Amino acid sequence: MNPTTHITRRGFFGQAGAGVLTGALSSILGRDAFSAGGGGTLGSPHHTPRARRVIHLCMAGGPTHLETLDYKPELARMHGEPMPESFTKGQQIAQLQGAELKCFGPQHPFAYYGESGQHMCTLFPKTGGHADKLCIVRSLHTDNINHDPAHAMMNTGSGLSGRPSMGSWSTWGLGIETDNLPGYVVLTSVGKGGQSQPIAARQWSAGFLPGRHQGVHLKSQGEPVHYVSSPDAGALEGQRRLVDAVGRLNARENERAPDPEIETRLAQYELAYRMQTSVPDLIDLSDETEETFELYGTRGADGTYAANCLLARRLAERGVRFIQLYHRAWDHHGAVKRSMEITAKEVDQATGALLTDLDRRGMLEDTLIIWGGEFGRTPMGQGDGRDHHIKGFSCWLAGGGVRGGTSYGETDELGYAAVKDVVHVHDLHATMLHLLGVDHERLTFRFQGRDYRLTDISGRVLHDWIA
Amino acid sequence: MEASLALFLLFTMTPAGDTPVSFGRDVRPILSDNCFECHGPDTKKRAAKLRLDQEEGLFRERKGVIVITPGEPAESELFVRLIEEDPEFRMPPAEFRHRLEPKEIETVRRWIAEGADYEGHWAWTRPKRPEVPAVTDAGWTRNPIDHFLLARLEAEGVAPSPSADARTLARRLSVDLTGLPADPAAVSAFTRGDLDEAAYIEELLASPHYGERMAQHWLDLVRYADTVGYHGDQEWRMWPYRDYVINAFNENKAFDEFTIEQLGGDLFEEPRMSDKIAAGYNRLNMVTFEGGSQPKEFLLKYASDRVRNFSTIWLGATMGCAECHEHKFDPYATKDFYRLSAYFADIQEVGVFTRFQEGVVPPQMRVTSPEEEAELEALAGAVEALERELVREDPELALEQRAWESEAASEAGDGVRTPVAWVDDAQSNGGTTEGAWTFVGEKDSAPVRSGERSRRQTGSGIVQHFFHVADRRVSLAEGDRFYAWVYLDPKDPPKQVMLQFHADGTWEHRAVWGEDKISFGGVGTDREAHRQMGPLPATGEWVRLEVDPALVGLGPGRTVDGLAFTQFDGLAHWDLAGVETDTPSLAFGSAGGSIREALLTNAGTRTEEQVDLLRTHYREISPNLGVTRKALAVATSAHKTFEESLPEMLATVSVEPREVRVLPRGNWMDESGEVVLPGVPAFFAQGDAETKPRADRLDLAKWAVSDANPLAARAFVNRVWKLFFGEGICRTPDDLGNQGASPTHPELIDWLSVEFIESGWDVKHLVRTIVTSNAYRQRSAARPDLAERDPFNELLARQGRWRHDAEFLRDGALSASGLLVRTLGGKSVKPYQPAGHWRELNFPIRTWQADAGDALYRRGLYTFWCRTFLHPAMDAFDAPSREESCARRNRSNTPQQALVLLNDPTFVEAARALAEEPARAHPHESDEQGVHHIWMCVLARHADSEELAEALSLLADERARFTANEATASALLSQGQRPRPDDIPIVELAAWTQVARLVLNLHETVTRS
Repeated sequence: MNPTTHITRRGFFGQAGAGVLTGALSSILGRDAFSAGGGGTLGSPHHTPRARRVIHLCMAGGPTHLETLDYKPELARMHGEPMPESFTKGQQIAQLQGAELKCFGPQHPFAYYGESGQHMCTLFPKTGGHADKLCIVRSLHTDNINHDPAHAMMNTGSGLSGRPSMGSWSTWGLGIETDNLPGYVVLTSVGKGGQSQPIAARQWSAGFLPGRHQGVHLKSQGEPVHYVSSPDAGALEGQRRLVDAVGRLNARENERAPDPEIETRLAQYELAYRMQTSVPDLIDLSDETEETFELYGTRGADGTYAANCLLARRLAERGVRFIQLYHRAWDHHGAVKRSMEITAKEVDQATGALLTDLDRRGMLEDTLIIWGGEFGRTPMGQGDGRDHHIKGFSCWLAGGGVRGGTSYGETDELGYAAVKDVVHVHDLHATMLHLLGVDHERLTFRFQGRDYRLTDISGRVLHDWIA
Repeated sequence: MEASLALFLLFTMTPAGDTPVSFGRDVRPILSDNCFECHGPDTKKRAAKLRLDQEEGLFRERKGVIVITPGEPAESELFVRLIEEDPEFRMPPAEFRHRLEPKEIETVRRWIAEGADYEGHWAWTRPKRPEVPAVTDAGWTRNPIDHFLLARLEAEGVAPSPSADARTLARRLSVDLTGLPADPAAVSAFTRGDLDEAAYIEELLASPHYGERMAQHWLDLVRYADTVGYHGDQEWRMWPYRDYVINAFNENKAFDEFTIEQLGGDLFEEPRMSDKIAAGYNRLNMVTFEGGSQPKEFLLKYASDRVRNFSTIWLGATMGCAECHEHKFDPYATKDFYRLSAYFADIQEVGVFTRFQEGVVPPQMRVTSPEEEAELEALAGAVEALERELVREDPELALEQRAWESEAASEAGDGVRTPVAWVDDAQSNGGTTEGAWTFVGEKDSAPVRSGERSRRQTGSGIVQHFFHVADRRVSLAEGDRFYAWVYLDPKDPPKQVMLQFHADGTWEHRAVWGEDKISFGGVGTDREAHRQMGPLPATGEWVRLEVDPALVGLGPGRTVDGLAFTQFDGLAHWDLAGVETDTPSLAFGSAGGSIREALLTNAGTRTEEQVDLLRTHYREISPNLGVTRKALAVATSAHKTFEESLPEMLATVSVEPREVRVLPRGNWMDESGEVVLPGVPAFFAQGDAETKPRADRLDLAKWAVSDANPLAARAFVNRVWKLFFGEGICRTPDDLGNQGASPTHPELIDWLSVEFIESGWDVKHLVRTIVTSNAYRQRSAARPDLAERDPFNELLARQGRWRHDAEFLRDGALSASGLLVRTLGGKSVKPYQPAGHWRELNFPIRTWQADAGDALYRRGLYTFWCRTFLHPAMDAFDAPSREESCARRNRSNTPQQALVLLNDPTFVEAARALAEEPARAHPHESDEQGVHHIWMCVLARHADSEELAEALSLLADERARFTANEATASALLSQGQRPRPDDIPIVELAAWTQVARLVLNLHETVTRS
């Protein structure tokens, strides 16, 4: 916890005395306690938000932009020829260090989708069906060429470990809108088409922000949240009685020696108990229709990306502010053609379903969806695969104030470097915060003497992406 | 909320009307926050050539304008520009985000008006022992600490808090000094006055658990963990270092020695084992095994990591900033950063490690005690004696050898190649065997090619089984071929198969068949380390894979000591593998293919070397030496087994230092910066840090604890103070620089620092001084009278109060319930952890296998520390990931914490153990007695009447519930591996377990007060 706020809060309550505690609890500690409608550090957003929540569909491993969103006919023409040195000289290379660099043409055809005619790979027909809602960005670049630091950059705005993730910044700044669930939830899945690169829990860490803003990993198999079941076979009657008894004795302790930490603990025990009921309710899909299952292509509880998409919608409905799905299947060093068929199939239908489902429930307009990986892949072949690539890659955004049917930015003719309307991960962050109603330069936290922010010392809001 | 808090903080920190403004406490923080970014240490951003972080700059005159004229705010440009109305001239400029509050401007004005007394930054001048201030109420003081505290309290007109009651004090001392709850018997003796306070403190200081408690904070600082941190976050072995730290605190090793051993113990002229272990400090940084990483980039990461760590611990500084630009607030230049990193440039390491053997991050070393060293020597001696026996001259043997020679020579010349088995129904070649060797046979309906069994291998991604450094090695001769039989499942064939050969310590000899999926040696390449052999062999039948050694960079004369059977995805059965050769009798041996050449050379014309070769080889195969060879094998194996039973850890090995350059903007690809030699930051006195042509880590260590470094003692004393009061005297223990908090008691921190240094860096003396003060004994309850005056307890008119650290919560529950196993040290342990917590790890895929028996009940600091997936109970209570140094843990209060205390099997099992005695006593003893018993075990007191009523009511309700539903009782009691006693009715035990859970969840239980 921030030393200042921690101490101050103690001080504030010490000063206020026991009589004021209840009122103060709802106004300030309520945010600790996920209280409904409770604001975050900012109190109120800097400007009118366009999005209330974010669903980040993280295609972990680094999807190729050349077989998803960025078609390069010139690369197809030069397939098999040496990659011109003018592109690669002095650039960072990952596994292709020292290897001969040859052009490797796009492995799958593209088509135009929607009235806006968005150019997308035909492996993504369901997503393509929402083309007019998408803002496709083809000119991203990032700093780190290996998975772990690149994820850190995508999540925290720094390749170094220890900074807070964007989900934590969001809930810390804006507060939490649910009484029963954490404000930041992470789901993961693996696929069959590539190496399952590990993903570290630091990617959803709150870093130096208060611990309650850490992402909670909701597991699709086994106990969904650590320690969420009562030890007596999940029975709730005894747990309720126990929590009540703990609460009464702690409350009495607080009367004797008032301490805001006790007040907070009372609220947290209540919340913990509520989570024991709300989490099972969250994952119980018996209230979903057959049509919904068909739409997503899953009946849930199978650990797939599709099941996670369905859960993402349920989390969004319950007021969770930041939802991240990691599909750990995009590291296609070999056989990119076949791997893309497999992996695209794993995500396309459910991604489209999520967009459809949110849209028909009227939630897409205030839910920002971000789809993309931590980096792209080389236009040079690695055998029949592609290596990591950071100089140019793609993503798309939808919902929550995004201008649909937009194509933004370009890479060069071989898909190597972003050359037109170049944007950095910091810009993506700045724009995301802007849509959430936050000025990225004004959401700062003092740590080790410095004011830190998600966008470090840069970041531009891309107004062209915004409707 | 933030803004209003900042204002609130500011209000309380503005000096009262009659207290003179202090530059260090009141003014410099304002300048640092608002001015230093453009008028500070960073030469690149400095505007108007004005520097406000140094005395010279503050008082200088230029073109008739004086920055500060003491006593004359209106004649001081600095102040004038703060109140300037024209936004063009007003400071800070409009585009700069920072604004001075009116109160801050007033503080600056008053400081100038009062004479503008300048003080250097409190932490950067050598600490001098301040005079112990006189106090009015001398009776309250027990040592000089109390004088410093009370002097300030008296000046502010505030009385200190009374002493805590004896029970609270005994519990406070115990948990502060050992991390364990006080023994209820000791509390009662202490309360009765039978146990003297001083004696109790000495007892706790002498407890081995004191070392564990102190180690916990040190391990946070040095970022000690059990895994490598990056990417696959593989396990490594570092725990002997952890035990060194525990022992060092228990032996009360002087802090200067402690420092020197860790930074440079390996460089001592004759390092002891403990020095070498201590030097493991230098290898605690995170490292990567991720293929495709840039070695140079990661070497820079490691170097920077070490600078950040050193500067946090011994300089209380945030030097990490200076990696890319000059520090904006403190006088650390970029060059200082790289000079400091150059001290560590001699550490042997690579940028990207390769996964050759699980848990090995070379270089490593074996850790031995003197007794173990002697044992090892004796065993080695036995091996040597037998080896001598084997080479002894023997005429009879010479005759036999000649007979063999002629026979073998004719065989070698015949050109007929026959297969010789290396692996068939067992891996009987010795060496290291890894991966899953799943032997299957007919009874499993498995295909078998040779002998009784084949080896089933299946999995997703890369799977392999292999052996290497075998005793029985293949000596390659001209024309030899490797072969291996494999059967690919027709329904689920692997995408790719690979044979991999180990020779001269490397696996870079690979032959691959099929789709290019296996990354080893480089996907897409076709070379010795990744030789493309063609398409995947036919499935559903036995196929013989054959490899010409020349294709994988091996040939006659080479010795191959390992073989790996690898596949990507799918199911395969592997069977007989070996070498096909025309000299079967020469296939195995250590001498290599040159034997063949020697044999075919006429006896008369053989070189001396060839004669030796043949003699040595024959002795390896002679039937008459069988007994000796067998004895040698036994002795060798005994030696090896013992050696391998000794722990290994990462070693710090000093080699020729790498070149270190200043990297512009921290860019590792930019080699234009100047080459630098080791050196300490330029603004410190250099002391002896640069005496040699090239200084080393030992010089750095000695400098760190010399008079030339004003920070080591202050930083340490401040952190130790924090252990006993909850906050440091300087409340930002990781930043004693300009942006850090000003110390609440600057003279006290200096007094303690000097006392610490002059005591010979005696840590126990420092701790004893703190805990025997009257300040320490104060009650911790909030003071309503000070709520407004001192909301942050900066006056220390009461003790601190905080939630226990993660480890101590675990230790407390285990200790109270009697489950705690108090063994010290040893390899890290795995208590219960929720299933699937490690699911996102890979390379290799791992599952957490909880330990059994005693290892389940060890103290929290021994829990296996996985950096990327820390144990969730530890994580919930803010134990740091130890990726970076942590001088100040968060103290959050979250619902996850409630879930842990309520539902983690560790806590439920502890509750059950606590419940056993009252449940067993029922109905012979009253329920009241049972409740008191549990309260006594956990809180060292009886339950009061309300608690008793609450507990009894819970007990009655739960008895009823469990009677109605015994299955839930049974589920509750099956948490944890502790066997359920069969002499207690389960309803009774379950109901009492609920009472024990109640007390384990109380705020009082989890709070240090």
